[in-house]
Amino acid sequence: MQQQEHWDLTINPHSKWYDLRIKEIFKYKDLLFLFVKRDFVSIYKQTILGPLWFFLQPIITAITFTVIFGNLAKISTDGLPQILFYMCGITLWNYFADTLTKTADTFSSNANIFGKVYFPRMIVPLSVVLSNLIKLGIQFLLFLGIWIYYLIQTDLIHPNKMLVLIPFLIILIGFMALSFGIIISSLTTKYRDLKFLVTFGIQLMMYASPIVYPLSIVPEKYKWIIIANPVTSIIETFKYAFLGVGEFSWLYLGYSTLFTIVLFMIGLVIFHRVEKSFMDTV
Amino acid sequence: MSNVVLKVENISKQYRLGQFGTGTISHDLNRWFHKARGKEDPYLKLGDANDRSKSGGSDYVWSLKDINFEVKQGDVLGIIGKNGAGKSTLLKILSQVTKPTTGQIKVKGRIAALLEVGTGFHPDLTGRENIFLNGAILGMTKVEIKSKFDEIIDFSGVAKYLDTPVKRYSSGMMVRLGFAVAAHLEPEILIVDEVLAVGDAEFQKKCLGKMKQVSGEGRTVLFVSHNMPSIKSLCTTGIYLDKGSIKFQGNIDQTISKYFESNVVFETKGVVPQTYERYNTGQAKINLVQIINEENELISEVYYSEKIKIRIGIEVYSLIKDAVIDLKFLSKDGIVITHSVNIENNEAACDLEPGLHEFLVSFENYFHPDFYNINVGIHFPDGSTIDYLEHIYDFEVLSVGKENDYKFNWKHGFLKLNSTWQKL
Repeated sequence: MQQQEHWDLTINPHSKWYDLRIKEIFKYKDLLFLFVKRDFVSIYKQTILGPLWFFLQPIITAITFTVIFGNLAKISTDGLPQILFYMCGITLWNYFADTLTKTADTFSSNANIFGKVYFPRMIVPLSVVLSNLIKLGIQFLLFLGIWIYYLIQTDLIHPNKMLVLIPFLIILIGFMALSFGIIISSLTTKYRDLKFLVTFGIQLMMYASPIVYPLSIVPEKYKWIIIANPVTSIIETFKYAFLGVGEFSWLYLGYSTLFTIVLFMIGLVIFHRVEKSFMDTV
Repeated sequence: MSNVVLKVENISKQYRLGQFGTGTISHDLNRWFHKARGKEDPYLKLGDANDRSKSGGSDYVWSLKDINFEVKQGDVLGIIGKNGAGKSTLLKILSQVTKPTTGQIKVKGRIAALLEVGTGFHPDLTGRENIFLNGAILGMTKVEIKSKFDEIIDFSGVAKYLDTPVKRYSSGMMVRLGFAVAAHLEPEILIVDEVLAVGDAEFQKKCLGKMKQVSGEGRTVLFVSHNMPSIKSLCTTGIYLDKGSIKFQGNIDQTISKYFESNVVFETKGVVPQTYERYNTGQAKINLVQIINEENELISEVYYSEKIKIRIGIEVYSLIKDAVIDLKFLSKDGIVITHSVNIENNEAACDLEPGLHEFLVSFENYFHPDFYNINVGIHFPDGSTIDYLEHIYDFEVLSVGKENDYKFNWKHGFLKLNSTWQKL
């Protein structure tokens, strides 16, 4: 009797689309954390201000917004202190935008390593999500500081029980950015055109999200466009929980959640297909 | 249970030539359409063997075609072949950097590939941080790296600079650190590309020693190199790849001699192919290079101390006065060892009229047993070159001789001197 031989690994030209080798990612978890550490440590090496930049970035953006949108364009902030209103949106948006931009670059900026060593490619975008999460954590503290100041000084803001949703919102927006990122990154290996669309698209998406304006001032006629943007409900819920203004709807949030789940599934499958052959097309 | 740890079955790899872009979408759609109807990929049928000197009719080329082999546990397999024979592609498929177009590979145990040293080194991170990063990229866990950390530093010899960013390292130090990490990987199967070609001689020796030790521990090694002596000293079995398919597989000595036998010119009985890459000005063309033995047979192996005869054929198109024909002998690392010129003793100094001319050069063979090759050139007396062929004919000087064998297990340099020793 011939015994069925056991092979630890089989390399095939085609694998089943659902064979995503998730287990492998756990085997490489040390690499994941080392990548996070590398990203984090290397960004601010040889800078004078170092990690202070984490604070300066959102503050400078918030001040710019206050001057341009708040004072020059006089866009309403639903009666809230402008700096607080903008910080609220910027903090979460930055996480989304930074994660998306960087994950969208996964294949092209790592072609060097990917061409020499095999490890589950998913580790790279995952590490981006994590290192940006740490950055978000730091910027979130800044936002909390401003928030507490106004909470004590004024009675304009009304935090509510929706605050329990915050961790969920952060995970949700992180996954959405990751999903968009890996899809774009997979497609750009072959069709470079998309690369040009990313920066532009993110810019556009920001203006289609209630960051520099409250949802309440959007004319009914165009509201569906803003609502159709899956980021909208996440940011709106985030604002609602902390500030007590804006619109909250389970329906909208449900839509964003479903959108993210579907997008993530598609992203995983595409990414996994591309990771095996991209060295030939990049 | 057999002890085969790596089984390569019908592996082929197809590449698309030329520019990506135009036609990519249409080919993709066509491919998808065929698939959707359950038909075969229309582009897989196309494709020529990977012969780079001819331009084929199709846009697709097979860089590997139907590769089959097995590696047993503890084997050290050397993969040799010319540039473009498909060695790197094979390694890339084995290391899962890219996927095969058809076929399947089965592996037992952990497989690690070392296609480059220091992959993923980040210039801003310190040596210490990079050891962990590089180790993890190669598939080690943090605990594993920690347990071998001291050994790695010891091997690399950069202990002093451990907390300096690697961008301040010399390239030699980087390579040493990179190899040190890789050398302490402990996979069941290790794939090594020509990483030994870098670093100084002493470090290369150290690397070879380490690889010998690794294979001595019963682990399986696949080794790709152009450096025949290190292949010869490390490997037990060999595969000779040519134009994407296996030309020969067997024990390493046979494989190496097959590799040297099958150089282009030997195959064509010394006639230089039209497509051979050469430096040429058009006044003359060298079209024949042969090494022949005393019996006038074409050979690529010469016995130790056996006389060597080289025949050179030149086609001249316009009169060349006082032509200089020169023959260079190179070691397998490309070092010019010595040369011989037709005007050395004024024996064959001549003006060459248009037409065919042949020269026969014979000389005493003072070469140590090893692999050598020849460059042939024709020049004007002022030294300007008319035609020049590089690496045109490989030959091996065997350690066995017709009268007496080479006596030593070791050799230094390439030539023996005609010396007389006296004890006083």
